[in-house]
Amino acid sequence: MFEIFGIPSTALFGQLLIGLINGSFYALLSLGLAVIFGMLNIINFSHGAQYMMGAFTAYLILQYTGLGYWPALIIAPIIVGITGIIIERLFLRWLYKLDHLYGLLLTFGLALIFEGVARNYFGSAGLPYTVPESLQGGRNLGFMFLPNYRAWVIAASLCVCVATWFVIERTRLGAYLRAATENPTLVRAFGINVPRMITLTYGFGVALAAFAGVMAAPIYNVSPQMGSELIIVVFAVVVIGGMGSILGAIITGFGLGVIEGLTKVFFPEASNTVIFVIMAIVLLVRPAGLFGRRA
Amino acid sequence: MERVVDPLARKPSALRAQSETIGFLIMVTALVIAPFVTYPLFLMQAMCFALFACAFNLLIGYVGLLSFGHALYFGWASYLSAHAAKVWGLSPELAILTGTATAAVCGLVAGSLAIRRQGIYFAMITLALAQMMYFFALQAKFTGGEDGIQAVPRGHLFGLIDLRNDMAMYAVVLIIFLASFGFIHRIIHSPFGEVLKAIRENESRAISLGYKTDRYKLVAFVLSATLAGVAGATKAIVLQLASLTDVNWPMSGEVVLMTLVGGLGTIFGPVVGAFVILVMQFKLAPIGEWVLVIQGAIFVACVLLFRRGIIGELANKLRIRL
Repeated sequence: MFEIFGIPSTALFGQLLIGLINGSFYALLSLGLAVIFGMLNIINFSHGAQYMMGAFTAYLILQYTGLGYWPALIIAPIIVGITGIIIERLFLRWLYKLDHLYGLLLTFGLALIFEGVARNYFGSAGLPYTVPESLQGGRNLGFMFLPNYRAWVIAASLCVCVATWFVIERTRLGAYLRAATENPTLVRAFGINVPRMITLTYGFGVALAAFAGVMAAPIYNVSPQMGSELIIVVFAVVVIGGMGSILGAIITGFGLGVIEGLTKVFFPEASNTVIFVIMAIVLLVRPAGLFGRRA
Repeated sequence: MERVVDPLARKPSALRAQSETIGFLIMVTALVIAPFVTYPLFLMQAMCFALFACAFNLLIGYVGLLSFGHALYFGWASYLSAHAAKVWGLSPELAILTGTATAAVCGLVAGSLAIRRQGIYFAMITLALAQMMYFFALQAKFTGGEDGIQAVPRGHLFGLIDLRNDMAMYAVVLIIFLASFGFIHRIIHSPFGEVLKAIRENESRAISLGYKTDRYKLVAFVLSATLAGVAGATKAIVLQLASLTDVNWPMSGEVVLMTLVGGLGTIFGPVVGAFVILVMQFKLAPIGEWVLVIQGAIFVACVLLFRRGIIGELANKLRIRL
């Protein structure tokens, strides 16, 4: 064991790891927000609630069908994604021609409904969800102890983020999406079903949130308010990164997670607020955000 | 914002031109009679929230800026007002002034950051800044953390009138409410207010006409924060309590809901909305967490079906301005 700036290395690397974990969730959620905003022009306030729904769906799948983590990691995002598609068809599609604000208000209302229902049935205390057997334990890297599950979360979310980036920036489907973001009318004129693309995009963004929720379940407890606490931080992340760039959202997410982790080591009192402070500084120095284009 | 064709432009008549005055007289009469009919404490609380919603509406309704962090000004004003009255021993009017000044300073700082971005980002920035100040309130010593500041003395107004008497307190709150309401009405109908509405309709056009829109937006933001501060500071004295509930994000959501239900961009809407929501919370208190679900459902219903809100729909039906 050695020390860096008077801090034991295990503590430093431990917090760095927690920072990377938080960063993976920031990245996954802000990515979903950015994808949804790009297509729907709506800031999805219920994103946090849908992340929470992912975790609860995994919990319920385990309770009622006995299926464990791995099936849940696939099934839960699909179920929550389908609820997203229903929401888009029922509610959101009426708002596209209105001011952005109405989308925010409607999804805020939905977030209240989801959180309220969860609190009624499960109470506000957290429910435990165990780490899958194949990922229990960890390895000693010499300078720190790395639990297998945490390594998996970081790797998995990095892969999902990069895959999303690849699909949007490098494939034909992604090209349609980007074109429809720029000019939906013209893309429709080419015979592409834009409304269906919008619906599926929302479903996909919501599924990403649910995927993050399932991965978060064994780390944090499954609780109704897990999403609303997170979503506000993710908003700050989105303001810092700007929603114009997919890669920007990923880098900002991970970067801010790490900074938050380091703050926990060096100045624990500020760890809750450091991201908001960074947001304020970025607004002063680069009002458009780090990766944003000036509107 | 949904545009509503100005009803006055269609059919002017003496009665219709006076609709705001008549509405104001009805509101004053109701508020004077009400404490003899129902609980004064509830009414005082409702008036504080009504003022809070009016202050919020000044931004969303007349400048088109959605602040999702108005709990910051309400809550911090309430903390400072409670602290001034309890620890510094200031008289209630000075305590309320202290709280209001705090909100004004917070509004200046947060506003000058938030107006750097437009539209949807503005809402996210105000929400994030409010959450930051929530964490400060959670950690600061003087706020009392989870307990809040309890048993705040109401004291004597100007050292003379004992505010422990609910009716005396009611009169003070009513005067504060009506004065602030009149002030907001004055702002909206002033040349300054006309510029704000121009910014709401078309900001680029206002800029091209030579208005420094950022300055107008900042002044409007500070005014709104200050008035939210008046509401929060008064509430702390009335209920003798300042707590984390007042600074947390659900409070910011609640004021949005009140204004939306009453009618965005109407003068009386926020007042009606605040009373409706508070009565609902009061009546539904026994069913616990379902209140959250119902509030969410009201949000969804308002956005999809009644974007004008109660007063907005009424004004539209009667073709008057309210």
